[in-house]
Amino acid sequence: MTLPSERTHASRPKSPRIIYNKTRLVTIDTGIPQEARPLKPTDVQDPNYYHKVVDCQWGCPAHTNVPEYIRMIAQGRFTDAYMLNRESNVFPAILGRTCDRPCEPACRRGRLDGKPVAICRLKRVAADHRGEIADRLPAIPRKKNGKRIACVGAGPASLTIANDLLPLGYEVVMYEKLEQPGGLMRSNIPSFRLPQSVLDDEVGTILNMGVDIRYGSPVDSMRALLRENFDAVFVGTGAPRGKNLDITGRYETDRIHIGIDWLESVAFGHIEHIGERVLIIGVGNTAMDCCRTSRRLGGTDIKVMARRPRGFFKASAWELDDAEEEGIEILINFAPKRFVVEGGVLKGMEFDRLEWDEGAKNSRVVETVFLPADDVILAIGQENAFPWIERDLGIEFGKWDMPVVSEQTFQSTLPHVFFGGDAAFGPKNIIWAVEHGHQAAISIHNHCTGISVSERLPHRMNLITQKMGISEWSYHNDYNPAARQKMQHTDLVERFRKLNVEVELGFSAEQTAREVQRCLNCDVETQFTAGLCIECDACIDICPVQCLTIARNGDEADLRGRLSAPAINLEQELYVSAELPQTKRIMAKDEDVCVHCGLCAERCPTAAWDMQKFELFISYAGSPACDSLLTVA
Amino acid sequence: MPSIVKPSATHPSLQRNALGMTIRDYEGSMSTLCAGCGHDSVTAAIVRALWEISAKPHMIAKMSGIGCSSKTPAYFVNGAHGFNSAHGRMPPIATGANAANRELTYIGISGDGDSLSIGLGHLCHAIRRNVRMTYIIENNGVYGLTKGQFSASADVGSKSKRGEANRMAPIDPVELGLSIGATFLARSFSGDKEQLVPILKAAIAHRGFALVDVISPCVTFNDHAGSTKSYLHTRQHQIKATETDFVPAATEVLAHIEQEGVTSVTMHDGSVVRFTATPKGYDPTDRRAVVTYLHERESEGEIVTGLLYLDETVGDVHEMNQTPETALARVPYEKLCPGAAELDRMQAEFR
Ligand SMILES: Cc1cc2nc3c(=O)[nH]c(=O)nc-3n(C[C@H](O)[C@H](O)[C@H](O)COP(=O)(O)OP(=O)(O)OC[C@H]3O[C@@H](n4cnc5c(N)ncnc54)[C@H](O)[C@@H]3O)c2cc1C
Ligand SMILES: Cc1ncc(C[n+]2csc(CCOP(=O)(O)OP(=O)(O)O)c2C)c(N)n1
Ligand code: SF4
Ligand code: SF4
Ligand code: SF4
Ligand code: SF4
Ligand SMILES: [Mg+2]
Repeated sequence: MTLPSERTHASRPKSPRIIYNKTRLVTIDTGIPQEARPLKPTDVQDPNYYHKVVDCQWGCPAHTNVPEYIRMIAQGRFTDAYMLNRESNVFPAILGRTCDRPCEPACRRGRLDGKPVAICRLKRVAADHRGEIADRLPAIPRKKNGKRIACVGAGPASLTIANDLLPLGYEVVMYEKLEQPGGLMRSNIPSFRLPQSVLDDEVGTILNMGVDIRYGSPVDSMRALLRENFDAVFVGTGAPRGKNLDITGRYETDRIHIGIDWLESVAFGHIEHIGERVLIIGVGNTAMDCCRTSRRLGGTDIKVMARRPRGFFKASAWELDDAEEEGIEILINFAPKRFVVEGGVLKGMEFDRLEWDEGAKNSRVVETVFLPADDVILAIGQENAFPWIERDLGIEFGKWDMPVVSEQTFQSTLPHVFFGGDAAFGPKNIIWAVEHGHQAAISIHNHCTGISVSERLPHRMNLITQKMGISEWSYHNDYNPAARQKMQHTDLVERFRKLNVEVELGFSAEQTAREVQRCLNCDVETQFTAGLCIECDACIDICPVQCLTIARNGDEADLRGRLSAPAINLEQELYVSAELPQTKRIMAKDEDVCVHCGLCAERCPTAAWDMQKFELFISYAGSPACDSLLTVA
Repeated sequence: MPSIVKPSATHPSLQRNALGMTIRDYEGSMSTLCAGCGHDSVTAAIVRALWEISAKPHMIAKMSGIGCSSKTPAYFVNGAHGFNSAHGRMPPIATGANAANRELTYIGISGDGDSLSIGLGHLCHAIRRNVRMTYIIENNGVYGLTKGQFSASADVGSKSKRGEANRMAPIDPVELGLSIGATFLARSFSGDKEQLVPILKAAIAHRGFALVDVISPCVTFNDHAGSTKSYLHTRQHQIKATETDFVPAATEVLAHIEQEGVTSVTMHDGSVVRFTATPKGYDPTDRRAVVTYLHERESEGEIVTGLLYLDETVGDVHEMNQTPETALARVPYEKLCPGAAELDRMQAEFR
């Protein structure tokens, strides 16, 4: 058993026990079964790959570069942050208060601590604190390009068209039925959510670029408009018709109102009062604005009547919260049966109280209930209506009497007529109207410069390393466990004094400082170079959220089953590297909950991981990307 | 050295063990070792093993000497006890601690320099005493902390970073252990947690001194071409003599369902170590056979890994010395030290 005796001093140099350079290599079994179809290495040069990792940007219809503007706010660069927003979403101050914020449910932070970054509120911070922007707006050429565009309606969709095309030398004539611009942003969104000054400012910025706006000019014939020989016509008339509820008693009183019409009358000062007892039918966002407006016009007992249980409400969670904070009652499982009108006087309404099965698919009536009311507001949806478009102009109409419009180009079947915003595919929201505007502007520019509207430039991208030195990154990679900051509200006495007292007060400096730190910088990507990896496992060991795995390759389902932590969110991509040099295994990364802390890169001895900032370049009408297309064409 | 603390964010599916603790609760301070050091992977394996067996942090004692490897205890289980001894002196200190308090789980972490050079004598006697502890040698063939001089485990012919070949014969801790009566001998690789974690769990369950020699490359001073302790060399020469499953005591019943070629050893606490996929004729309880096998394979240049030798029949230091069941640390002082009068009385007996 005494090994040392085998190694005599004399024999050592000649016959060492281990002659490493003559030894035979152990074959490494990659263990990939013959039938498995191993995944191909992920192509990170496809702009969509990293774009999808920036959940908020991917979720934003206009692809606003959220993490970049949040960093700018963190640095106190409010004007820069505002302008970055403006590039994609055009109305940062308006949207910072009213956006439907699809980015927030998408936000990665929500998957970690349940609450997304307050992206929308931070946008408002940038707008509230920005400086002068006049010198940063695009110059409007004195010499026009000779092309004339007509926009019907002065809502956010049309305004975006003007914003994108005026700097290119187009003339834009905008016809608006009302006496003021802004569309539903002015006529329907109440001023306690969106102050008039904010709206005027951002709409004014665009009008001042030189829009030829014609107020009080409803277009009542498309045929006549087409005769004016515009190079292109953009229809941005919205979805102007509120849905009616044609049940017994509907026309026996004047105290039953269509929600969007009623809000418009309030906005323009035609209605200043409402009865004490108000029933709102429907539980979408319009209903929330109706009930809260009623509260300010004399309503004291306001009930929002919902057909279905909570969880099936259309209204955004924060709008429901705000309404309930103001003492509004939301009653569930009530289906309107009839209006009760006696001698021309509205007494109230009868409802069927329903009981739903699980999933709220089928219901049965439990009882009939009477609720007294002085006024009833119908807020059960909006419809499109195009009575002014003659049907023999070559503009085809399809299902539900909606125009046939391309979802990519927004072109109708009449090549120089385009639709966008709520007019194109039914009611959506402001940010979608803006995105439609951008896309339609590209189409109009193509159309006017003789390029096919279907020729659209893909997004381009750039990756820039963030490494500044050892353990030094040019972004803040610390994880801040702070909770989402709560918006402060005007108190419940003050806010009801006048209709236009803004309820949300905006974030304080301290709240802003905390909230910006919650952002995970999802645009700073973990960029991998397989050839450098020595499979030391350092990155795998350090990753706080177990994103990383070195494993033999396999098909996706198989590989997802063998990760360091289960891939629970199948909507998130699995990154797969090329074969690693030493064992021919692959590096896999579940992008789902990476917090972009950069520790993998810090602990990697060979810089196989690097943190690189992903920048997405989006094409707009006439932007360099589009111009390069022009030179090619 | 990373500038930030590890984010408190965790994966949404994070599991809890029998104590309700997550694996993150078994972490220590942020490592200050070089990025990519094998020792950090060993730390991760220890964290996993301790979490999986639901070890109570306040019942763990982390022991070490001097070296990069000996810094490791700072990087796992913040809530445990610990002692960082002088260079090579961890075995006697661990022996003393164990003598005083047999109830703690002792995890010793050392390096090839700490254990096979300056501390070799101490190591041998701790092995002979069968002090109940897990003794991990993070073996990288160099003195990492003092910038990469060859250690006593460097193979003959292995080249330093400057290109000089080592000429002195290496000390192999496993073969050394076999020659002096060790009761638990394993070798593994920092880059192979699938193998290392079950070995560590078995080592903690072992009744005596469990030596785990882990090839743990020094990425800064010994990971170049020509080194026999690099990641690449280890991968190219590692063979798994045994594969082991560790079956904790509570699930013992399952361990009886055995296939052919599977050897099981029931540990003192009722848990079972199952050897699967052992080479034909290999018996991890037969010291002579293991010695022969190691000689054969290693003369081919292969690095034999796995739980290589296990003897659960020998009593540990306390059993050999018939100490009381109760930890001495909990025996009242008056009883441990009956006083001068009692000493006089005893001495009188010998006069
Ligand atoms: C009560 C309410 C609250 C809302 N709150 C929000 C919110 O908080 N956040 C959000 O993102 N979205 C909200 N929306 C939705 C949002 O306002 C719309 O999706 C958006 O304004 C649509 O923009 P648009 O440009 O397509 O059309 P619109 O804003 O509807 O503008 C259309 C314009 O065209 C004019 N017009 C119509 N027909 C003609 C014609 N024949 N000739 C000339 N002019 C015409 C109209 O007068 C109007 O000014 C809300 C909607 C309602 C009803
Ligand atoms: C008594 C004494 N002698 C020498 C040293 C210098 N010294 C510090 S660490 C070390 C060797 C460590 O090598 P090893 O145990 O292999 O640890 P590694 O750094 O390689 O992990 C030496 C010789 C010391 N600290 N104390
Ligand atoms: S954490 Fe920041 S970058 Fe990531 S999705 Fe949320 S807002 Fe966007
Ligand atoms: S940046 Fe790296 S270490 Fe940090 S969470 Fe993402 S993958 Fe893990
Ligand atoms: S830390 Fe770097 S070298 Fe080590 S496994 Fe990760 S990517 Fe590979
Ligand atoms: S010098 Fe070597 S052993 Fe020490 S921390 Fe660095 S890599 Fe590890
Ligand atoms: Mg060493």
